Amino acid sequence: MIYFVDGLLWVIAIGLGLIAMSRSRKVFRDSVSEGAMDCVRLIPRIMLGVIGSGYIAALLPQEVMGNWFGADSGVTGILIAAVAGSITPGGPVVGFSIGAAALKGGAGAPQVLAYTIAWALFAWQRVFLWELPVMPPRLVWIRVAASLPIPFLVALGALLLGKP
Amino acid sequence: MPPEAPLKRVKRKAFDWSSAAVGLAVVVSAAVVYWRDGQAKFLEILFGDVGLFIDILPKVLAACLIAAFVAVLMPREVVLRWVGAESGLLGIVIATLAGIICPGGPITIFPIAAAFAAIGADTGATIAFITSWTLLGYARMLVWELPFFGGEFVFWRTLIALPMPIFAGLLARAIAGWWARRKAGE
Repeated sequence: MIYFVDGLLWVIAIGLGLIAMSRSRKVFRDSVSEGAMDCVRLIPRIMLGVIGSGYIAALLPQEVMGNWFGADSGVTGILIAAVAGSITPGGPVVGFSIGAAALKGGAGAPQVLAYTIAWALFAWQRVFLWELPVMPPRLVWIRVAASLPIPFLVALGALLLGKP
Repeated sequence: MPPEAPLKRVKRKAFDWSSAAVGLAVVVSAAVVYWRDGQAKFLEILFGDVGLFIDILPKVLAACLIAAFVAVLMPREVVLRWVGAESGLLGIVIATLAGIICPGGPITIFPIAAAFAAIGADTGATIAFITSWTLLGYARMLVWELPFFGGEFVFWRTLIALPMPIFAGLLARAIAGWWARRKAGE
């Protein structure tokens, strides 16, 4: 599955590259060097984000965090879960693995939803490393503000529906 | 923004204070892990994450290339019409759909979103796009979430999260409007 996703990204890149090539050699060459330079400039950050998040995650008291948002922790648990999610470092697996472990250990589904969604939306280290350097800061802060209610809305939806 | 307005690009510096802050947190965490759990654990995390880094690198290159091509190829009037400031609710819905089908990892979405914002996509639409990718992107769901949580959990989560990008886009538009009015009032 992951190869399919990687592949699709490159299919799009190559497709756009061919269109650029058909416009003119110069458009193609300029875009490739611009894109490659951007990638090179991001490398130290990615290194820090990917390699560093393992160490930060190793320090999180994962079992204790799961206990904080147990099935009977209610709205307080949702609040704690959302805060815990945003201090969990980014990277593709950390939040999901902690969330899944908490669910197995008896955490409530709405709380786990609040946790993984807050992690996906606000993991602080992702905001600082990848988002702020790449996008206009105004856009980043508006995004964070506009997403603030989402973990709570989803958790509430789950509470009301009784699902998952 | 007139179509001929110059591209506003965020200059990407190789390092800055926000990276330095994360760097400091990483160095401190790594030192604590080394001291608390020993060298074996320290190296285990290092090697695991170096593998992940090598895996991510080609995706980031592809995303940066896509962003660079989008910036020169995408006709500005198309972007303005479909996801520009006047695009209304439809623009936010289009951006949400684009986020669902856009492939790639967490780092790849931001350069692409920034490229669209630079050529005239509205704040609300750009934020709906990022939020939709984050919450509903199929790539992330299939590759990372499903193995951890299983089908039923992911199905219900997705269903409940479905309207959220539109909500975030509309709220972002309201905040951006308020921000602009406050700036104008100063």
